[in-house]
Amino acid sequence: MKRGFTILAFVTAVLLCFALYEALIVAPTEQTMGNVQRIFYYHVPSAWTAFLLFLINFVSSIVYLIRRNTKADILALVTAEVGVVFCTVVLITGPIWARPVWGIWWAPGDIRLTTTLVLWLIYISYLVVRRFSTSGKTPVIAAVVAIFGALDVPLVYFSIWFFRTQHPSPVIGDGGALDPRMAHVLLINWAAFLCLGWLFCWTRYRLEFLKREVEEAQALESLMEVRR
Amino acid sequence: MSFLGITSATLAKDIRLEWRSKDAINAMLFFALLVVVIFSFAFDPTAEESRRIAGGLIWVAFLFAAVVALNQTWARELRNQVLDAYRVSPAPANPLFLAKAFGNFIFVCALEALMTPLFIAFYKLRALGPAWELAPIALLGTWALVVNGTFFAAISLRTRSREIMLPLLLFPVSIPALLGMVNATTSVLSGDEPARFWIALLLAYDVVFTTACLLLFELVLEAE
Repeated sequence: MKRGFTILAFVTAVLLCFALYEALIVAPTEQTMGNVQRIFYYHVPSAWTAFLLFLINFVSSIVYLIRRNTKADILALVTAEVGVVFCTVVLITGPIWARPVWGIWWAPGDIRLTTTLVLWLIYISYLVVRRFSTSGKTPVIAAVVAIFGALDVPLVYFSIWFFRTQHPSPVIGDGGALDPRMAHVLLINWAAFLCLGWLFCWTRYRLEFLKREVEEAQALESLMEVRR
Repeated sequence: MSFLGITSATLAKDIRLEWRSKDAINAMLFFALLVVVIFSFAFDPTAEESRRIAGGLIWVAFLFAAVVALNQTWARELRNQVLDAYRVSPAPANPLFLAKAFGNFIFVCALEALMTPLFIAFYKLRALGPAWELAPIALLGTWALVVNGTFFAAISLRTRSREIMLPLLLFPVSIPALLGMVNATTSVLSGDEPARFWIALLLAYDVVFTTACLLLFELVLEAE
């Protein structure tokens, strides 16, 4: 376990350095956007990692409701926290890129921007519920909120999809026309970000697991003292 | 008692309570009135402008006002441990939820019926599209707010500072519904484009979340 963690940390560090080198030096400069386009190698992998983490959160919330497995609950909490961090990176790097390229910080009608923002808001409220809950069954309530959030995402997507087809707005320029060298750099960056996300989740998972064990032991101890 | 029996008994009790105290409806009315007046001072729009912004204004006012009623839904049941009594009784959870949701639906609809003439007067509104479409938009939109609101109000009972918790939970999830209501209303008022898609979106939202609420409410009620 400990050895696996050290190896993962080492691999992540190496991959992140290599990915930075690839993104800043090896990747070709984009013709029209110039160097500002390189933020793409941080923006897109963060988004993919965040969405993956939110998906894991949704699945483990369902698993928790069915099995009542504590590990599933910890996993849901951890993936939501780390997912919000990556999602924040997406929401910050996006406008930094949009300002010079589109000429605006934010395009309110754009489908991906709005869906990401709503997703971020939903998971913030998920974390707030967890923090503020006074119930002994916080995991149940949190899992229910996570399911509501996940149900909301397709509806947000469709509503904005219709919105956009009526009011066209700038489109993010990836898709089929991506240079193969750029795609290569993008994938390396994604691998690095996935490892980083995994590392965060692992650390946070261990911490939460130990925290709950300590709390349980303390509760038991005070119970014994009362008996004596 | 049957499912319908429990629903109607709880609903009748809530309506009688509200009829005698008028707590929720008075607070909602006054709040919505303040929003209308303040916005009309802030913008002072022409007829053309108000057609564009009225959809958003109306629904934001109703959303904020609805939160007032929603917060009282379950708080009322905490006094004298009514909710605990309900929990130990053999009655299933869903009729209680439906009764509460219908009760809120009736209160918010009453609010809308009273406030709409004021909105029309203050903002010089006249619909250029088919005005009858506003009725299904209002009904579906109100249900969308109220069904999730009742559910999240039950969740926020289990948290510290619950009055603040409800909007924090409700608003993010309500964004697609709000988009639907606002755009449908605006397109009816301005008559530019058909509102049909937005009504369909509201319908889909209502179906999805009513189902989810009914499936998951028991878990929330039991989570003490």
